[in-house]
Amino acid sequence: MKNLDSKSHVRGESVFLDDIAVVYGTLYACVFDSPVAHGRLKAINVADAENSKGVVRIITAKDLIGENQIGGIIPDEPLLAYGTVHFQGQPIAIVLAESEDLARKAAKKITAQIDPLPVVTDPRIAAANGDLIIPPKKFVLGSTAEAFKTCEHVFEGRTELNGQEHLYIETQGAYAVPAENGGLKIYSSTQGPTAVQRTVCRVTGLPMHHVEVDVQRLGGGFGGKEDQANAWAAICAVGVQLTKRPVKYALHRMEDMRMTGKRHPYSSDYKIGLDKDLKIVAYEATFYQNAGASADLSPPVLERTLFHCTNSYYIPNVTATAYSCRTNLPPNTAFRGFGGPQGMFVIESAIAHAAEKLKVKASEIQRKNLIADGDEFPYGQKAESDAITTWTQANAAYDFTRLQAEAHEFNGWSKYLRKGVAMMPVCFGISFTKTPMNHARSLVHVYTDGSVAVSTGAVEMGQGVNTKIAQVAAKVFGLPIERIKIQTTNTLRVANTSPTAASAAADLNGKATQAACEAIRSRLLKVAKTLVEAKTTAGITLRDGFVFKKNQNTGLAWQSLVMEAHLQRVCLSEHAHYATPDINFDWGTAKGNPFAYHVYGTAVVGVTVDCLRGRYEIDFVKCCHDFGSSMNTSVDNGQIEGGIVQGLGWMTMEEVFYDEDGKLRSNAFSTYKVPDIYSVPKEIAIEPLETKRKNNAILNSKAVGEPPLMYGIAACFAIRNAVKAFTDCSPCFDAPFTPEKVLMQLYPSA
Amino acid sequence: MIDFILNNETINTDLSAGMTVLDFVRYYKNLKGTKIGCREGDCGACTVLVGELKNDAVSYRTMTSCLMPLANARGKHIVTIEGVNPEDGSLTPVQQAMCDQSGTQCGFCTVGFVMSLTGFCIDDTVKMPQMAVSAIDGNICRCTGYKSIERAANEVCQQWAKGSRGFVPGYFSDIAGRLVKLKKAEDLQPSANGRMFISGGTDAYVQRPDDIPEIDATFLFYDEQLRGIRDLGKTIEVGASATVTDLLLSPVMQSAFPKMYEHLKLVSSTPIRNMATIGGNLINASPIGDMTIWFLALDAEVVFGHGRQIPLKQLYLDYKKLAKTDREFIKAIHFPKPAADFRFNFEKVCKRTYLDIATVNTAISLTVEGTPGKAWTPPALTTGDEFSTHEAWLADAFGEKGGPPSQQIEFTIKDCHLAAGGVAPIPLFLAETSAFLKGKTIDSATIEDANIIMQAEISPISDVRGSESYKRLLLRQLFRAHFVELFGIDSATE
Repeated sequence: MKNLDSKSHVRGESVFLDDIAVVYGTLYACVFDSPVAHGRLKAINVADAENSKGVVRIITAKDLIGENQIGGIIPDEPLLAYGTVHFQGQPIAIVLAESEDLARKAAKKITAQIDPLPVVTDPRIAAANGDLIIPPKKFVLGSTAEAFKTCEHVFEGRTELNGQEHLYIETQGAYAVPAENGGLKIYSSTQGPTAVQRTVCRVTGLPMHHVEVDVQRLGGGFGGKEDQANAWAAICAVGVQLTKRPVKYALHRMEDMRMTGKRHPYSSDYKIGLDKDLKIVAYEATFYQNAGASADLSPPVLERTLFHCTNSYYIPNVTATAYSCRTNLPPNTAFRGFGGPQGMFVIESAIAHAAEKLKVKASEIQRKNLIADGDEFPYGQKAESDAITTWTQANAAYDFTRLQAEAHEFNGWSKYLRKGVAMMPVCFGISFTKTPMNHARSLVHVYTDGSVAVSTGAVEMGQGVNTKIAQVAAKVFGLPIERIKIQTTNTLRVANTSPTAASAAADLNGKATQAACEAIRSRLLKVAKTLVEAKTTAGITLRDGFVFKKNQNTGLAWQSLVMEAHLQRVCLSEHAHYATPDINFDWGTAKGNPFAYHVYGTAVVGVTVDCLRGRYEIDFVKCCHDFGSSMNTSVDNGQIEGGIVQGLGWMTMEEVFYDEDGKLRSNAFSTYKVPDIYSVPKEIAIEPLETKRKNNAILNSKAVGEPPLMYGIAACFAIRNAVKAFTDCSPCFDAPFTPEKVLMQLYPSA
Repeated sequence: MIDFILNNETINTDLSAGMTVLDFVRYYKNLKGTKIGCREGDCGACTVLVGELKNDAVSYRTMTSCLMPLANARGKHIVTIEGVNPEDGSLTPVQQAMCDQSGTQCGFCTVGFVMSLTGFCIDDTVKMPQMAVSAIDGNICRCTGYKSIERAANEVCQQWAKGSRGFVPGYFSDIAGRLVKLKKAEDLQPSANGRMFISGGTDAYVQRPDDIPEIDATFLFYDEQLRGIRDLGKTIEVGASATVTDLLLSPVMQSAFPKMYEHLKLVSSTPIRNMATIGGNLINASPIGDMTIWFLALDAEVVFGHGRQIPLKQLYLDYKKLAKTDREFIKAIHFPKPAADFRFNFEKVCKRTYLDIATVNTAISLTVEGTPGKAWTPPALTTGDEFSTHEAWLADAFGEKGGPPSQQIEFTIKDCHLAAGGVAPIPLFLAETSAFLKGKTIDSATIEDANIIMQAEISPISDVRGSESYKRLLLRQLFRAHFVELFGIDSATE
């Protein structure tokens, strides 16, 4: 089953935000954003811009009718700066003009008088200044203080992990059109239509039932449009409110990169203690999260770093502390993995460090400490673990020892090239860690011609969620998938939704859809019972578009059944609700059962480093992945391949570069490099874990969006191993491991 | 007025010649299949096909419409996805392969891939998978991780081999005749009035996207007098509007530079190589211009439109300051035709090996004296698997796995031209290092001594592409790489 959108995608007929036909009279917005990372905003000079050709209106903070506030979790982020600017790229004024070009030209004429204040870009400095977004968070299991005393080996170190630009190919954007009675219809490229609705209502002062948000699809999201789509929709909404004309804003790439936050950089300290058998007995980690200038989603990202700070390992004594540090960078935000990868990188660094000192392979320590069934995570949940089974099956399929030996043999004769291999087990929890967010609704209509329309809160952004939801409906109704249409994600049809995030959209919205379809089916089966002269509905099934009785086709077509039901005044629509059962978490004790289930996997990554030039290639990524039981292998394998390459990019070439003034220097495609077709692994191999274990996923098909990204982390350690094979060194645990860092490590004395 | 054919429609427009083709198709023709991803030619989402009449047939190349002025569409056939889609709503073999292999996820970049692969399939040359991959080397996808797109590219090649055609609709067969009818040539002479000269547009539209549509510019890209690559006997002449692709396809260049494909593959991407001109690269004066470094090492001379001629190395005075008047544009460049004792190498390292701007690039040309007939020439690269192939060459050339060459052949340098980018405010001809190497025997000591001189000649700065100390180290390494690649001789450094 291919992605349902494939055909319209390849014909260029899929509609993205910038493709929506604009209404007559539409104005175009452009933002004037702060050229300074921190300072007192004394004055804004808009006179030249106001007189600029085609300009209809310029909006600053004082013009807003509602509240000048877009902070979702903590109200600490104004839509338009006033008093103080906190990062370069912070919106200060909105220009509305008759064309995009004229709006941009006018915005360039705005100036601001800003008295500079000290700029902080380093999270440790922010922490030392006491500038935290929220109080520190902590996970404790056992007692590390006591346990370290018993350890045979103890190692301490530090890691520096950079951020990552989402670089969805479709930039952020929104289009707001006035509706009756001061209402608004907003088209938005957002993962969170309800978040857009709430934010728009806050800045306009409108009640939520006056604001409709509609999302067809996204040209990529990756977390970047979970919270950070809100501002652009709010800007358009405010524009409509003040001009009574439609307002569109599709950001230019450089505006997008400059004004939006990225994956959080982290600076972290670790201390790891092992016994003589290489069992990890104690682990301490302190995370300094670079949150940027306001909270955005930093608090839950920070929490997930703690949730995944021990990755796939069982460690009986853990103390993990995390600080969300306020700096003068754009507010960092959700990005595939949501803090989890940052937690995992640190434990993997600690293990690599220990392995180096103890002169054993890191894989030996990794293997010995994998979490087993019933072992407790630092947050109290007991594992139903496939850590060992994925490792074992991957090893059986790919033979880690052979791969390591081949690299070693190659390194023995090659003059300039070195190969490195590293393993990466992954354990990732599925559910929003904030339990109240784990619910969803689905609205299903069966029309009298037998066609089916499904609306949910899930947003399609290439991950195939619509295809999976259509499969659910098709399965329950026994229909070919062509009879199912997944409608736009719209706040009028499905309200109060959680964002499409946390890999959970297919589970939550799929389960709600399943419930809605089953309710309709159950009503239809009662109608069918009479029509096919059955005593009960027990033996009646829907299959291939017909009603079957005891596995015999009765000849009663789906469409006839539907029409008959309608004539009998039976409801052909259903709005169903699903809430993930049996999950909870108590931040008072920092213990609970936050995840519906975990996804496990093990990958092995091989690289070749050209030690003359410092560049490298990824030879292979081979993994054994826990799909549960995949309901769509082409969609799921696509998520794995794409996630791996995104993770590899983060570990290798993707370098977010802010200078000391807080100015983003990697501000375009030309200076921020993501993998191209030549830089992907020569081979990606995916083995599905052979398992019969039941889980809480939709149709037993586990979430797949985020976990594979973390396989890419192994690339950093594989490169490190290759560099160490060329020259005696101990590279820092800093990512990305760019060609620059490689060459500087290879020739430290130069 | 600008006349061209857009898909199946003849266009006659008086819109600004400097407007991009991207804005024209999206906002004036409502053809929304062509997407805006970056507006700097780096993502490929806006890729279109540009068909040019050549000897009564139409030859198609891919270009990024975000950097292409409407002026450069004059007399051409511009094809967007809407002009590729079968009218009955079905799919072309390229589209079908992308669907079958799940080569599309969010769909935003997809059309760019479809256009690139369609351009690849449109002519009658044999289709190899690695060529299909190189056709999409300018398309960025953030969702798929490319493996599914690679599989689609393979499938396209298999379909092609099986005789499958229909990559474009039937109306394409009439395009050649229709283009003949469009008036051309006389409109294409460079008017001397324009305030700015624009050729391929690949840098101009990145630097000044908002200004150009309003500037009275002179468009040089399709000026016939500026095109062509000719063997003039002792020298080779390259027209200023020759593109990097023109170089790659030129038999003159191919015979002079056997490893040209491997080297120029490091330069931007297929659609940009189809647009970026040599003259543009030289005049842009970027300190890291790949082709500038290449031609500096060839001791090239530039010929201006009015006949003045100067050595290329004298063109650069300071950062983006040129030894030319505003009215002068480059007509052609000349360089000495390589002879049998000629050796040339190009090296480039950036964050991403391909489709990236150099952190440091360097080229060297050497005239060497060695034992006649025994001088080793590395075999041309034939596969995309560069690293492993490199080891294979060494094994081939020296008879042992990766070992150094036997030292019985001594090479003496009769002449040397060395250039490097990313290490100075200008694309740098390394005059002193070149002079030092002249007359020297190639050995470890020579390479090490030359590096000392070279390090004194350069003045790199720290920026987004790398720190100063990295750039110094990197140039040292790439300088070593020249001799490893050409002679299998290395310095003794570590």
